[in-house]
This record gives sequence, structure tokens and C-alpha cells, in this order.
Amino acid sequence: MPIKVEITVNGAPTSAEVEPRTLLVHYLREYLGLTGTHVGCDTTQCGACVVHADGRSIKSCTALAAQMNGAKITTIEGLAATHPDAEGLHPLQAAFRDCHGLQCGFCTPGMIMSGSALLLENADPTDHEIRDWLEGNICRCTGYHNIVRAVKAAASAMREPKDPRPQETAA
Amino acid sequence: MHAFEYIKPNTVWEAVDLLDADEDARPLAGGMTLLPTLKQRLAQPTQLVDLAGLEDLQIISEGPSSLTIGAMKRHVQVARSPSINAFLPVIAHLAEGIGDPHVRNRGTIGGSISNSDPAADYPAAVLGLGATVITNRREIDGQDFFTGLFSTALEQGEIVMAIRFPLPERAAYIKFPNPASRYAAVGVFVARVKGEARVAVTGAGPCAFRLPQMEEALDRSFAVEAIQDIEISQEGLNADPSATPEYRAHLIGVMARRAVEAAAR
Ligand SMILES: Cc1cc2nc3c(=O)[nH]c(=O)nc-3n(C[C@H](O)[C@H](O)[C@H](O)COP(=O)(O)OP(=O)(O)OC[C@H]3O[C@@H](n4cnc5c(N)ncnc54)[C@H](O)[C@@H]3O)c2cc1C
Ligand code: FES
Ligand code: FES
Repeated sequence: MPIKVEITVNGAPTSAEVEPRTLLVHYLREYLGLTGTHVGCDTTQCGACVVHADGRSIKSCTALAAQMNGAKITTIEGLAATHPDAEGLHPLQAAFRDCHGLQCGFCTPGMIMSGSALLLENADPTDHEIRDWLEGNICRCTGYHNIVRAVKAAASAMREPKDPRPQETAA
Repeated sequence: MHAFEYIKPNTVWEAVDLLDADEDARPLAGGMTLLPTLKQRLAQPTQLVDLAGLEDLQIISEGPSSLTIGAMKRHVQVARSPSINAFLPVIAHLAEGIGDPHVRNRGTIGGSISNSDPAADYPAAVLGLGATVITNRREIDGQDFFTGLFSTALEQGEIVMAIRFPLPERAAYIKFPNPASRYAAVGVFVARVKGEARVAVTGAGPCAFRLPQMEEALDRSFAVEAIQDIEISQEGLNADPSATPEYRAHLIGVMARRAVEAAAR
């Protein structure tokens, strides 16, 4: 029996009648057309599907839309608005570009949502802390070195004086 | 995934009623094991009863000689809880070592022990500290809780409400993680609780188990030297691509010595 879910996505209320087995990632991609969140595996291991739920990173391929009823979700499409730089990018998006943190880009939305969740709770992570945090995100082509550099660069950019608009905080 | 109904009750009795009335209904905690299982069509429940709305499963409470953790406490909450860090730091450390941050943000202590995955970390702590599993019906001695590969003493309609851990004089948990999944290839929990040494192993057998031989040696002297020469038998240990039984037997010795060293500090 379909059930109604109401989920705030990137600051906007959304709702739909869904089958209970609908995964959050399918809700985002198929009901809302937000295809930036990727599915890379079927086993909860690759992290391509990471989004923020109430400020914490989760694997959207392993959450039911029904479990997220009432939650606030941020996806890669909405991340920049939580902390925009002069170009309208999130500093971590800008840093991935500047540090060559991607090649094919398939893992990148998950990497950025994961890395930005780390930066929400740790403004100045060490290389070790970044690598440890990215344990649940797999990249098959860039290698992790530049990804770690990008997270460090973004952390340093974000520690600069910030803009006064409201920002996402960890629940 | 096969189709199922989803229900999120607000009280324990509602949840238990739903589970009692339908033997194909399953409790849902963080879904970190259950949803991948359903995606692979390895199970076909009729209903998922989401426990996330049950306040009673969210407690952390300190007693004079124990600490009780609600079944729906997520790994991240356990790892960061000030009272767990103060009174039972070994458990906070164990929770911090589970999987990756996204898994820790969803997975729960209750789901982990109810699942009895042979490679899960919490079962080693339940046996290693001599914890008590509190359900809606009874209290189960941790020793009797894990009955085999993915099986526990839980009955239909019985849910884990909380786990009560006695506070140890010393304790440490060291695991050798599978490099891909971070689950324990072998994990060893050692403790001295109420004057008695306890050693529990996860990852190596069908479910977590104790090592009486090492416990006796540590009762005589809680030091690495006491267990140095103990040979671990490889009989009945798991064989999978990450480790052979022979290697696991070796790792039990190494992890146990490291854990004793850490606990003795
Ligand atoms: C990529 C990945 C890496 C992981 N790495 C580790 C690791 O290193 N170490 C480790 O220990 N674990 C690891 N896990 C498992 C994780 O710790 C979860 O805790 C575990 O999967 C249980 O998940 P859950 O709490 O979300 O429970 P669910 O998946 O929701 O439920 C699991 C089972 O328990 C039952 N259940 C849940 N709650 C209760 C309850 N209160 N009473 C009765 N039955 C209940 C459910 O019906 C189901 O059968 C990993 C998981 C993933 C996906
Ligand atoms: S698609 Fe979610 S972890 Fe791989
Ligand atoms: S950039 Fe290709 S998988 Fe990471």
C-alpha cells in the first residue's frame, strides 16, 4: 500500500505517495529528478549515494524514503546554497576542481557530500582524519590523494571569515 | 526488493503487537543490514516495523556499577556520548571503529547484536563484559544470547530494548579489520570485571565466543606474558577470502596480546 512521505529537500518541502520499498536515492532521482546523487553499488559500500539527513551523512541507497519522512535532506544540488563562495559553489566543490579531485566524476557527489559532512563537525581535519572519514567512499579512478588535498583546501578556505547567511549545522 | 508494508509505531506495545500478530513482520532499526538483505532478496518480510519512534529504546543510563544503552542508540551516538566516554570508554572506542561514518550515523547497537553477524564488533563486548540483554519480555544473560551464525535467543515478537554493561576494572577491544568492509576479520575484547578476567572473540567463529583458557591464565596474572604461549586451535574457525582458519587462530593470539597490553595500561 503506497504511503505518503513529506521530506524537505534542499530547503524545499516535497511530498509524494510512494511504495514503502522506495529507497531515498530513488525518491531523489526518480520522483524529484535530482540525479546528482549516484548509485554505484548494491551493497552499501561505495558511498556514491551519500546525502545529508538532518546534517549527518548517510547512504541514500540504504534508507527508505519512508524512514526519512519529516527529515531535512541536502543533496549535491543543494550543497552550494548552504555555503556559497563568490562563484556560487560550495568551497569543497571549488576545491575538487582546483585540486583535480575528480576524473570520471562518478564518485564525486558522494565524496563531496561526505567530505562536507566532515567539515561540518571538524573545521581543521588532519590528513589521517580525512582518510579515515572517507573510508566509506570508493573512487575507482582519481586515487585518493587529490581528494584528500581538496578536503584540506576547502577546510582552510572555510576557516576564512564567512558570509553571514544561514548555514547548515550538524544535528 | 520484494514489496512490504512499512509501519512506524510510537510505543513498544504497539510494535510488539504488530510483530506478534504476523510472523513475517520484522523490526527495522537503522536498516544497515536489513535493507541490503532485502535488496538481495534474501528475505521477504511482509511488514517492517520501524523502531525509530520508540523513546524507550533511546536511553543511556548510568547505575552505580553498570551502564545501560538503549537498543536504538546509533553507533555515532555511542561513540560521542559523554557518559559512555566517561564510564565505559572501551565501548565508545568500539563504536567509533565500526564501518564508516555513514554506517555509524544509521546503524544501532540493538540491530547489531540482534543480527549476530559473525564479524560484528558489539557481540565481543557483550560477552567480554558479561552484559545483560534487556528485551520487552525478560533479561537474557549475554552468555546465552548469541546462539550461532546470524542467530540469537530472541523469539518472535521479542525486541531488544537495551543492553546493560557492568563497569569493568580494565578493558580493551582490538580488532584486525577486513581491509574492505572494516568488519572484524578477528576482534578480541579483554576485560577484568568484578575481579574476573574475560576474553571474547568475534570474527573468527560462527558467532562471538569466549576463550576460557586465556581467562584462567589472566586470572593468575593480567599481563601479556601470561597468555604468550597459549596455542589457539584453528578447529571450527571461519574460512573466507579475507583469512584462513589458521591465520585467524594466529590473529586471535596477536589481538589478545595487544588488547591485554592496552587494558593493562
Ligand atoms: C558497509 C558496512 C560496514 C559495516 N562495518 C561494520 C563493522 O566494522 N563492525 C560492525 O560491528 N558492524 C558493521 N556493520 C554493521 C552495522 O554496524 C549495523 O549496526 C548492523 O548492520 C545492524 O544494522 P542496524 O542497526 O541498522 O539494524 P537493521 O539492519 O535495521 O536490523 C538488523 C537485524 O536486527 C533486527 N533488529 C534490529 N533492531 C532490533 C531490536 N531492537 N530488537 C530485535 N531485533 C532487532 C532486524 O529485524 C534485522 O533482522 C557494517 C555495515 C555496513 C553496511
Ligand atoms: S550506492 Fe549507496 S553505497 Fe554504493
Ligand atoms: S572520479 Fe571516477 S570513480 Fe572517482
